[in-house]
Amino acid sequence: MRRRDAHSARTAWLVVAGLVVFMLVLAGCGSSSDSSTGGGGNELQKLGKGEGELNLISWAGYVEPEWTKPFEQESGCKVNDKVAGTSDEMVDLMKTGQYDGVSASGNATARLVAAGEVDPVNVSLVPNYKTIFSDLKNQPYNTFEGVHYGIPHGRGANLLMWNSDDVKPAPDSWEVTMNPKVAAKYKGKISQYDDPMSIAEAAVYLKFHEPSLEIENPYELNEEQFEAAVGLLKEQRANVGEYWSDAAKQIQAFASGDNEVGTTWQYQYFALQGEGEPVAASPASQGFLPKEGATGWSDTWMISSKAKHPNCMYEWMNYIVSPQANAEVAEFFGEAPAQSLACDHTADKEFCSKYHAENPAFWKRVYYWETPLADCGNGEEDCKDYNDWVQAWTSIKG
Amino acid sequence: MTTEAVAAKRPAGRRLAGLFYGRPRLQVGALLAAPGAWLVILYLGSLAVLLITAFWTVDPLSGEVIQGFSLENFETLVNEPVYRDIVWRTVRTAALVTFTDVVIAFPIAFYMAKVASRRGKGILLVAVLMPLWSSYLVKVLSWRTMLSNDGVINWALGPLGLHGPGYGVTAVWLVMSYLWLPYMVLPIFAGLERIPDSLISASEDLGAAPFTTFRRVILPLVFPAIVAGSIFTFSLTLGDYITPRLVSNDQFIGNVISSSITNDLPFAAALALVPIVVMIAYLGVARKLGAFEHV
Repeated sequence: MRRRDAHSARTAWLVVAGLVVFMLVLAGCGSSSDSSTGGGGNELQKLGKGEGELNLISWAGYVEPEWTKPFEQESGCKVNDKVAGTSDEMVDLMKTGQYDGVSASGNATARLVAAGEVDPVNVSLVPNYKTIFSDLKNQPYNTFEGVHYGIPHGRGANLLMWNSDDVKPAPDSWEVTMNPKVAAKYKGKISQYDDPMSIAEAAVYLKFHEPSLEIENPYELNEEQFEAAVGLLKEQRANVGEYWSDAAKQIQAFASGDNEVGTTWQYQYFALQGEGEPVAASPASQGFLPKEGATGWSDTWMISSKAKHPNCMYEWMNYIVSPQANAEVAEFFGEAPAQSLACDHTADKEFCSKYHAENPAFWKRVYYWETPLADCGNGEEDCKDYNDWVQAWTSIKG
Repeated sequence: MTTEAVAAKRPAGRRLAGLFYGRPRLQVGALLAAPGAWLVILYLGSLAVLLITAFWTVDPLSGEVIQGFSLENFETLVNEPVYRDIVWRTVRTAALVTFTDVVIAFPIAFYMAKVASRRGKGILLVAVLMPLWSSYLVKVLSWRTMLSNDGVINWALGPLGLHGPGYGVTAVWLVMSYLWLPYMVLPIFAGLERIPDSLISASEDLGAAPFTTFRRVILPLVFPAIVAGSIFTFSLTLGDYITPRLVSNDQFIGNVISSSITNDLPFAAALALVPIVVMIAYLGVARKLGAFEHV
């Protein structure tokens, strides 16, 4: 019996060893062929006929039938949309090479460019680009080394929201979530966005309250500044009731009273208001930002370097920033349009002034999401890169 | 007519049958070819790929996977205290859930197997299985509502001056214990059913107190079944990430894997090896305790 056991054990080991060798060989020669880094300058020179189809990745609310139906009729490009929940998911989906374009936020664009997933955009083929607000053009999150990599879509600030029955007086500062002494009053009731971008929120707070740290850009943090922001969030951890990553979860937590104050987006704020919950927030529409300013987003339509329908994608990029369509998206979503002419087409005539679309000074205090890079532009690689941010976020949550 | 011509005239199905006649190894081989290929290529193969991926790294900027041998991921796992905390929290919760389920499941299973009438047994079996008919997500979200600030748990405890656990590790423990209970009840029930009543009677006749009968007759016989159930509860808790996300703020192994998978696949792979190693150790201990001797 014993000898047979030993024999079968040896066979088992042989099988396993053979399998591992087989897999190593497979892995070795399998995927080394598609390492095409660095997008290069293969931008489209001349617009051709539409290919009849278009595959997009977008934020929820960016691709809705109200404005895609007219586009489909006009261009003959049938739109298939895939909604992504986070920037990481967008980057991941783009890597499949199955999509023609994406509405990327600033914390995804640099990564997409570096990975060669997107191509430069020839803005002369996008006539509506000319009238886009000039403070959205040539920004570090959409233009790299002087090359345009996308068409601006719209922008907004992340909100500070609170339950107006329980949080009194109404806060005018991120102190209420970030300053451990003030936040302790709402221990267990604070809601924080579950994403490394929250580190930038802490940096915005520190930029205002700790001038000795000399934070310029909350996405370009050196060791000392980064440690300070991470330390602040680790202290905040004890007061956080919930980290939210999907909107529905946060809406429920505010509606049930589990959360009373925290970071949010326009979407949740509108939803809670619609349910009649006693919430107030710092929406840009009311001209109110917390005194430190706020993080925000400025999104860019980018074209995949593996796009199968490049002509349709160019038509889409031109269409979505056309005055009428851009006005519809902006009002639906609750953000400032990118197209200056869109302001004449909004249903609410005051919309553009409510959302400060034409007021560059307002946006000076909004820090759009960016991809943190090791190189902060001073020639030294002394800043924390996105991987450090992700790791730090894991250790903050503990 | 030659014999070959006769053979050629036979229908294909019979010829195939003829091929297998008298060749037992070929019979078994053909029978196991499909499931064997599934097991080896798709199942063990993906595990092998996972193992290999764990040694790769990613480019920090583009997030492109760089193939090559590096122990970086494992160094991070060992050196960053946060990952030790997370692994320990996960394993501890898995052990607690398993223990809780054994304690709750045993009396139910014993009643079902040894005390209840045929009819009662059927009803209880359906009752145990019933929660498995509804979606996992519905159950977790119901617990989320129940555990919330103005949920039914706080409402019920309120008059007693008590407060529910709220969201946190305790909530995860509660919900997981609830979710995996059927997976513990069923194996123990099956194990108890196999013990002849006569053994229990004999033990009583020989003067053993009920507890002694339990300890020296029932428990050793049902032990393999308990281990079988515990493998379910332990491994299911080890791998879950949706429950922790919905009813707590604490990260479990699965949460970190799911958040790493989009921007650092190799690290997620390295982390995914942790539950596998824990499970191998667990099965090793179970084997040492003699759980597989009668399987």
